[in-house]
Amino acid sequence: MDVLFILIPVALGLGLLGLAAFLWSMKSGQFEDLDGAAWRVLQDDDLPDDGDEKA
Amino acid sequence: MGYHDRDLKSFVTAVGDGIEHMDLAVEGVRCAGCMAKIEKGLGATPGITRARLNFTNRRLAVEWKTGELAPSDVVEKVATLGYRAYPFDPGAAAGEEAAEARRLMKGMAVAGFAAMNIMLLSVSVWAGNASDITPETRDLFHWLSALIAIPAVAYAGKPFFDSAFHALSKRSVNMDVPITLGVLLAVGMSLVETFTGGRHAYFDAAVMLLFFLLVGRFLDMNMRRRTRAQAENLAALKGETATKILPDGSTRVVPVSAIDPGDRVLVAAGERLSIDGIIETGSTEIDQSLVTGETAYASAGPGDRVYAGTLNITGALTVQVTAAAKGTLLDEVNKLLEAAQTARSTRLALADKAARYYAPLVHTAAALTFIGWMVLGAGWQDSLMAAIAVLIITCPCALGLAVPAVQVVASGLLFRSGVLLNSGDAVERFAEADTVVFDKTGTLTNPEPSLVDAASLSAPMLAKAGRLALSSRHPLAAALRPHGSGSIPGATEEPGQGVTATIGGVECRLGSAALCGATPDQVATAAGGTHSLVWFREGDAAPVPIPVAQGLRPDARAVVDDLKARGLSVVILSGDRKEAVDEVADALGVSDRRAGLKPAGKIAVLEELAGNGCKVLMVGDGLNDAPALAAAHVSISPVTAVHLSQAAADAVFLGEKLTPVVTAIDISRRARRAMDQNLWFAALYNVCAVPVAVFGFVTPLVAALAMSSSSVIVTLNALRVRLIARKLAAADAAN
Repeated sequence: MDVLFILIPVALGLGLLGLAAFLWSMKSGQFEDLDGAAWRVLQDDDLPDDGDEKA
Repeated sequence: MGYHDRDLKSFVTAVGDGIEHMDLAVEGVRCAGCMAKIEKGLGATPGITRARLNFTNRRLAVEWKTGELAPSDVVEKVATLGYRAYPFDPGAAAGEEAAEARRLMKGMAVAGFAAMNIMLLSVSVWAGNASDITPETRDLFHWLSALIAIPAVAYAGKPFFDSAFHALSKRSVNMDVPITLGVLLAVGMSLVETFTGGRHAYFDAAVMLLFFLLVGRFLDMNMRRRTRAQAENLAALKGETATKILPDGSTRVVPVSAIDPGDRVLVAAGERLSIDGIIETGSTEIDQSLVTGETAYASAGPGDRVYAGTLNITGALTVQVTAAAKGTLLDEVNKLLEAAQTARSTRLALADKAARYYAPLVHTAAALTFIGWMVLGAGWQDSLMAAIAVLIITCPCALGLAVPAVQVVASGLLFRSGVLLNSGDAVERFAEADTVVFDKTGTLTNPEPSLVDAASLSAPMLAKAGRLALSSRHPLAAALRPHGSGSIPGATEEPGQGVTATIGGVECRLGSAALCGATPDQVATAAGGTHSLVWFREGDAAPVPIPVAQGLRPDARAVVDDLKARGLSVVILSGDRKEAVDEVADALGVSDRRAGLKPAGKIAVLEELAGNGCKVLMVGDGLNDAPALAAAHVSISPVTAVHLSQAAADAVFLGEKLTPVVTAIDISRRARRAMDQNLWFAALYNVCAVPVAVFGFVTPLVAALAMSSSSVIVTLNALRVRLIARKLAAADAAN
């Protein structure tokens, strides 16, 4: 069971990383506007701007 | 009449690096397309560095380089995109609430991640206990779980520990006490087991318990924040500002919170007063209909008192402020209403009352379990385990979520139907209403006047009158403005009299009988009924009377019929004259109507109805309705209502139609059924779960899981209320 000496720290480290990521996203205000974030995914303003012809 | 002449400097903050920031509440945002349109439109404007619309609470945060833009340019740009934006003054309370929400979220995150990692270890131990885990490995895992659990419990459990400690220091018990006890005992026992190399530890139960409890609290707080954000947006939309006269004589538009008693304020003709005060200079007529319901104007001059919420009709005034944001008539009554409102929640108060009996019962049950098992010779570990299981499984999470979960779903549904809730428990009271009392002016009738009979007037004449009306600030002119194509440059308005302008070389006048030269005979023949008359004269032709009145809302009759079909009785109470009230009541088919009532009179009628056992839903908009709105069992007011009435009412509805009133009742009835189902389920669960735990059939982890699944079931049941939305949407499409 020596592999545990590697696996446990890795597992816990990843867990802490996840927690840190969550706290960072909270601090950068990503949880202030959950509805807006859901809709922003569908915006395609990062595509090259030739959609005007279709509009 | 735009924001050119308004100075918005008070709403702008500098954020450093030469960037200025402003928050706006935006009206008219309906879908994500609006969000994209506004952000792209503003982003393309030179000088603007950042524009972000918060879709959840409809607020726009804009930043630009100092000097390149004026704040009014931003507002105008949003207007050209097709939306109305109002500068926004967030109060101090909003910051405090946001901080608390973040704390709850952080606690939830920590508890969640800790629970997941501890599960990693404890499932391994369970599996290993059944097969071939060595004691050393098990000890290692237990130690690791302890290392994760202790800081997590200390951090995430803080709200519960603080609340329990606070209650205990006051020698009382609340529901946080057994939770704290259960968590601390579970962690304590697990630590002892870890030190002595035992087989079972319960760190996972303690942390998961905290996680699910925090989820419940977070949902509840989210709903409160959303409601408050909506109310704050409404305040911004109503433009709670005043024009302050600075010592050097210049004027500046500032939010009402920046006005102190003793300041001097300029109130233009056509503007609504936002402060209480005494008139220094200027004479005018005041529209007090929002205060007394009386539709006739009262004259006021230097030395007279004027109140916030009334409308200044004819002359500009300088007013010495006696009370502004704090201490106005509005604010005083506001405080009284707040006090009255906290005393009105029923089902949530039920939960509090239950807590008073429940908590001691839970502790007694746990203690008896422990003693009982010890007496039966079970050994202290097993006895303590059973006692902890009792403490955990009786945790009223399901009970705690039963009502808030449904409230969250119901308030979301109501928001989409155009009803904004002011208080969370309003949903239950809407469901209980059996009598609907309507105010007349502004509630059953449109807040803006309209033409009585547009067809009987010639179209070219209407078009000219409309163009003149665009230059007028008089409230009655609103009826004609839609007919005008563009305003006439050089039109002059004489406050209280009317507008004069030249169209195509001919002088036209729109306004009072005197301005248009109508003789007393002409006035007498034209008058009659309850309409107001606006006169129009083109050149030397005979003056033409244009009747204007506040028409009924388009669906008023249909709403009254719908309410009756649902078994509710309808009453009309008004401060207006008897003829006016009778006309409206007959048109709607309402037999029970009373006119000429002062605010005290309205409350007397409500008390009479309450005494007969009726639960009254009051619909009103004026200042004279505010006390009645608070006194009724539940109340709702249109968004055009004066600020105080919106604050006094339990809900506010948007738009021109009255159907949101019926929708509110339908959704609330369905929600109340869901709340009752949830409460019954939670109670039943406890009744079954406690004996099971007392007799030692569950470990603390199973207890935590059982308790969590009861919470999940309660939440899923709350989500079922959404099904009604589909039914309502289908009914709307059919209409």
